[in-house]
Amino acid sequence: MPDRKALQAEMISGHSGPSSGLGMQRDLEVCKLVDTTTCIGCKACEVACVEWNDMPFSLTTFDNTYQTMPETRWNFWNLIKFNEHQNPDGTIQWLMRKDQCMHCADPGCLAACPADGAIVKYANGIVDFNQENCIGCEFCVSGCPFNIPRFNPATKRVYKCTLCSDRVGEGLEPACIKACPTGCLKFGSKDDMKFIAEERSKQLRDNFGWKNAGVYDPQSVGGTHVIYVLHDATDPERYGGLPKNPTIPWSYKLWKQLFKPVLGAFAIFGALGIFIHHVTTGPRVAQPEPPKKDGTDIGGSY
Amino acid sequence: MSSGAIERFDNKARETFEHLGQNTVYRGELLRHPVYTRVLHWTVALFFFLALFTGFALYSPFLFHWITPIFGGGQLTRTLHPYFGTAFVFFFAFQVLNWIRPMLWTAADSRWMGNVKKITTGEEKMDPPETGFFNAGQKVLFWLDVGGSVAYIITGTILWAGAGVFGATAVAVSYVIHDLAAIVMVGGILIHIYQSTIGEPGTFQSMVRGAVSEAWAWTFHPAWYKEVTGRDPVQACEEARRRMAK
Repeated sequence: MPDRKALQAEMISGHSGPSSGLGMQRDLEVCKLVDTTTCIGCKACEVACVEWNDMPFSLTTFDNTYQTMPETRWNFWNLIKFNEHQNPDGTIQWLMRKDQCMHCADPGCLAACPADGAIVKYANGIVDFNQENCIGCEFCVSGCPFNIPRFNPATKRVYKCTLCSDRVGEGLEPACIKACPTGCLKFGSKDDMKFIAEERSKQLRDNFGWKNAGVYDPQSVGGTHVIYVLHDATDPERYGGLPKNPTIPWSYKLWKQLFKPVLGAFAIFGALGIFIHHVTTGPRVAQPEPPKKDGTDIGGSY
Repeated sequence: MSSGAIERFDNKARETFEHLGQNTVYRGELLRHPVYTRVLHWTVALFFFLALFTGFALYSPFLFHWITPIFGGGQLTRTLHPYFGTAFVFFFAFQVLNWIRPMLWTAADSRWMGNVKKITTGEEKMDPPETGFFNAGQKVLFWLDVGGSVAYIITGTILWAGAGVFGATAVAVSYVIHDLAAIVMVGGILIHIYQSTIGEPGTFQSMVRGAVSEAWAWTFHPAWYKEVTGRDPVQACEEARRRMAK
């Protein structure tokens, strides 16, 4: 990431008086916007993801839908989920949602991960896995409310979408964004994306009759750095199991932040207690002990 | 399995192992642990510590990352841990069969527990006269390990199969229970190691060559001493004291 200050205006040439916008900067947090209402299911993003990340070919699964495979895989991080939803009035909606890592502000995978430095959340909001530190315990899988991290049994490491952190770090947009032909995928600062998403939702509500159209940016995980525009934000489940209220298992937070260090300290004090017992009380020896020597002690001059 | 079948199995195993090793019992000593028991004990201990140390590296790589290279790196440590754990539970099951009878809790054990403060502070030089082959402390460790092993089997299976099979919640809960079981067991094992080495000298040899001194027996397990020698432990101790004073 470039230094935030580097993008701030400090002086402006030929400008008299105080210049506007001094010290102002754009939001550092990046965001991917997925507008499910304009996705056409072309899967260009899937191909771009596999290409850019140089992932080996993955066998597809045909299950009578257009979906490439049932779930994302360790070498397939970006999957369009196709869902046929029947409305109460009998009409059918064909829903397409790009499924990938949501890059939560409060990442459950990171909370669950026990390995030092295996998961890192950058200041720009990207949550990335460092496979060289990953021990393959798969706790992140259970910590993720979106069912995203995938284990590779061959390398014994876990993989997922990086939001193309390598590209974003160089000022480029993620590969999937670059490939999208409809403009359904957008990339920019979180503020901007949120603004565009809200505008689009308003448009859908006012002009297209989608009364419940809205933005999916779940606050139960502190917001995400991938947000959706949905036709019906009240029922995200219909978009291939997008959780309405994604939560991180309580045990990870409570256990890891409180009990683990406390109990670890207990163990150390326990070992210390045994040592103190030995030097103060001393061992219990088989009885009878040899009789105590009377008279002066010989030896021990130093 | 009926108790008779367990008895027959244990007897056969003890008989078989007597031919594979030997007990060294000197004059003035009693045989405490036969070969079979010792082999089981150290096999269980080996896999316990392999599982424990691989487990440490998983519990907190921040503190124990230096352990993982010994087992071939973080991923291999993670892979081996459940196998070590399974081996521990497997061999411990035989130990449970071997020891279940002397480990049954009795009223005398409750009295021993009520007296535990005097015993640990060294106020009582000898254990209460009704203390048998195992004292109540040893039985607590044994049943703690039995409970822990059951917890390990259930939570370990869930953690091994992962969130894909049992669901994220099951894994998140199992993770905590698995850790708790380990912490309780480590606490018990620390005391066990202390008591059996420098805490009560003369104990360790019972798990190496199988024998303990008679003085050790009448001091720490008087009822067992009485059972195997037919002599009164307190009287035997007093006689020894008189011999020593001469």
